[in-house]
Amino acid sequence: MIIDINFVGLIIASIMASAVPLILASCGELITERSGVLNLGVEGMMIIGAISGFALMTVTGSLIVAVFGAMLAGVLISTIFAFLTQTLITNHVATGLALTIFGIGISAMIGKNFVGIPGKEFPILFESLKDTIPLISPILFGHSIVFYFAFALPFMTNYFLKKTKLGLIVRAVGDSPESASNQGINVRLVRYACILYGGAMSGLAGAYLSMIYTPQWIENMTGGRGWIALALVVFSTWNPIKILIGAMIFGGLTIIQFHMQAIGVRIPVQFLTALPYIVTIIVLVVISRDSRKIRLSTPSSLGKSFHKDN
Amino acid sequence: MIKIVKRDQPSKAIFFFTPVLAIFLTLVAGGLIFFILGFKPFEALKFFFIIPIADKYGFSELLLKATPLCLIAIGLSFCFKSNNWNIGAEGQLTFGAIVSGGVALLFYEQEGFYILPIVILAGAIGGMLYASIPAILKTYFNTNEILVSLMLVYVSKLILDYLVVGPWSNPEGFNFPETRQFSDSAKLPLLFEGLRIHAGIFLALAAVVISWFVFYKTYLGFQMKVSGFSLKTAKYAGYKGKKMIILVFLISGACAGLAGVGEITGPIGQLHREISPDYGFTAIIVAFLGRLHPVGIIFASLVVAITYLGAETAQIFMQIPKYTGQVFQGMILFFLLASDYLLFFKIKFIGSKK
Repeated sequence: MIIDINFVGLIIASIMASAVPLILASCGELITERSGVLNLGVEGMMIIGAISGFALMTVTGSLIVAVFGAMLAGVLISTIFAFLTQTLITNHVATGLALTIFGIGISAMIGKNFVGIPGKEFPILFESLKDTIPLISPILFGHSIVFYFAFALPFMTNYFLKKTKLGLIVRAVGDSPESASNQGINVRLVRYACILYGGAMSGLAGAYLSMIYTPQWIENMTGGRGWIALALVVFSTWNPIKILIGAMIFGGLTIIQFHMQAIGVRIPVQFLTALPYIVTIIVLVVISRDSRKIRLSTPSSLGKSFHKDN
Repeated sequence: MIKIVKRDQPSKAIFFFTPVLAIFLTLVAGGLIFFILGFKPFEALKFFFIIPIADKYGFSELLLKATPLCLIAIGLSFCFKSNNWNIGAEGQLTFGAIVSGGVALLFYEQEGFYILPIVILAGAIGGMLYASIPAILKTYFNTNEILVSLMLVYVSKLILDYLVVGPWSNPEGFNFPETRQFSDSAKLPLLFEGLRIHAGIFLALAAVVISWFVFYKTYLGFQMKVSGFSLKTAKYAGYKGKKMIILVFLISGACAGLAGVGEITGPIGQLHREISPDYGFTAIIVAFLGRLHPVGIIFASLVVAITYLGAETAQIFMQIPKYTGQVFQGMILFFLLASDYLLFFKIKFIGSKK
């Protein structure tokens, strides 16, 4: 069998493309969780981003408006979560679930009028360089700006958390809200900001799906990616760089099903579709088995409400 | 001026009042959404919440939808009370349905009084087996049960899809994604001529009674409550934490599995692709709305079941998209969680008195 080196490059590029929404949503959720908040509403915020992006693109015709509008929609919907968990001190898990159920319902309601409408072409960068170097070029060139942003994001997130004062504040709030509060940090404000940022990134991830990856609106088109993004945060042990590795593995699992079918491997299609979910479980088990390591890397106040008596 | 004061103790009266408040607020917000969408709010709400249950048939449909919700929510209340976040009831329902459906197919064209109990039992066991996965992974491998139970939902639906399209599909079914019809002995009997309500409702009622007994009359119920309040206290008291985690998961898996049995051996009588309109997820809302109390869950399941019916009716008569049901379900939970604030805090109106 002759393997075309460019074909390998294309496969790697397609794996990276399917990793993009996972990286975006996971990096957003990672910041939220680092501040001590567990937002299980990623799937809901993502699907809201997907429909908002697609709807705005169709209505206004502007891709920029659509992308930023999707992020804003993610922010708005996560504001509900922030208000409930931070101001009204509700349970994080239950509120996040409500957000997902609500988000899926609202998106389908808005999306009713956008089913079957073809998407727009999203501009790609460095198109002319696509055929210059075999193997490397298809990986590096000819992608959307969101693609490049996604692959830079884990490094930026890492820098933010480790090297900036704001990052230190976020970590302090997540690891010990009491001492952060005693230092004069407004814990509630920091957590609000981190939740809204997570919402923006999930919104962007959704917009990537409906505008770039499969440019159309399909009900429930996020298909559990929000939940896999949540699992990736655990997988990464709250380290943004490792999110990159995890997202590539899951992107690979998604892409591999198409190629397995194409070369005629006789495995039921449902098994291949189930693979990412099964692998997620296995990976979670392997990562979590070492309970000491997990305890050391988990933000200490994750999922716990903080209320300062005044 | 308004001042917010922390209560010394959570208010008991408000504990049972807030679900009612949440439903009221949901109706107000729902009316607002209908108004924004360009419908007359009161008319839309009437189509949503009153018309669907105005006749005998509608009432039977209400009970039909409330049955699985109640059954699953009762099971989930065991988990939630003891701080175990099983959110994969939808998967346990599906797997229970697969196992009981498989057993029912083994008895194809056979009759006998013993068949139905075996089919029901198979469903419960299927649900338990499936729920044991997140339970065992949580207790022995420290794995997050939320993510595992949820991932398993997707897996179970794909297993079902594989079976009804492939090996279990009806050989005379023109490639429709469904199995053969179960024999009459494998079906839950219908209760009234011409209505779809079936004997599965007795399973739900039995679950209500048993759970009430366990919660309030047994040592196990007490242990669950203590672990729910504080895991540390439970540890000091020497409770077998791991055993209890597995037990509550098995109970809730069994309930979800039974709900699955009801869905396939009731009026439908075969396995097909979509056996549940997300009852497993909606039941989470039912459990909270019912305050994890068996009697509360009965009422909550009826209220939430209306959102399913209302969505269908509103779609037919007013072309309101059927997903409005999910929007209402999400809102109920939002408002319920929000109004819980009143449990712990008092809002005082301070006048300009001297």
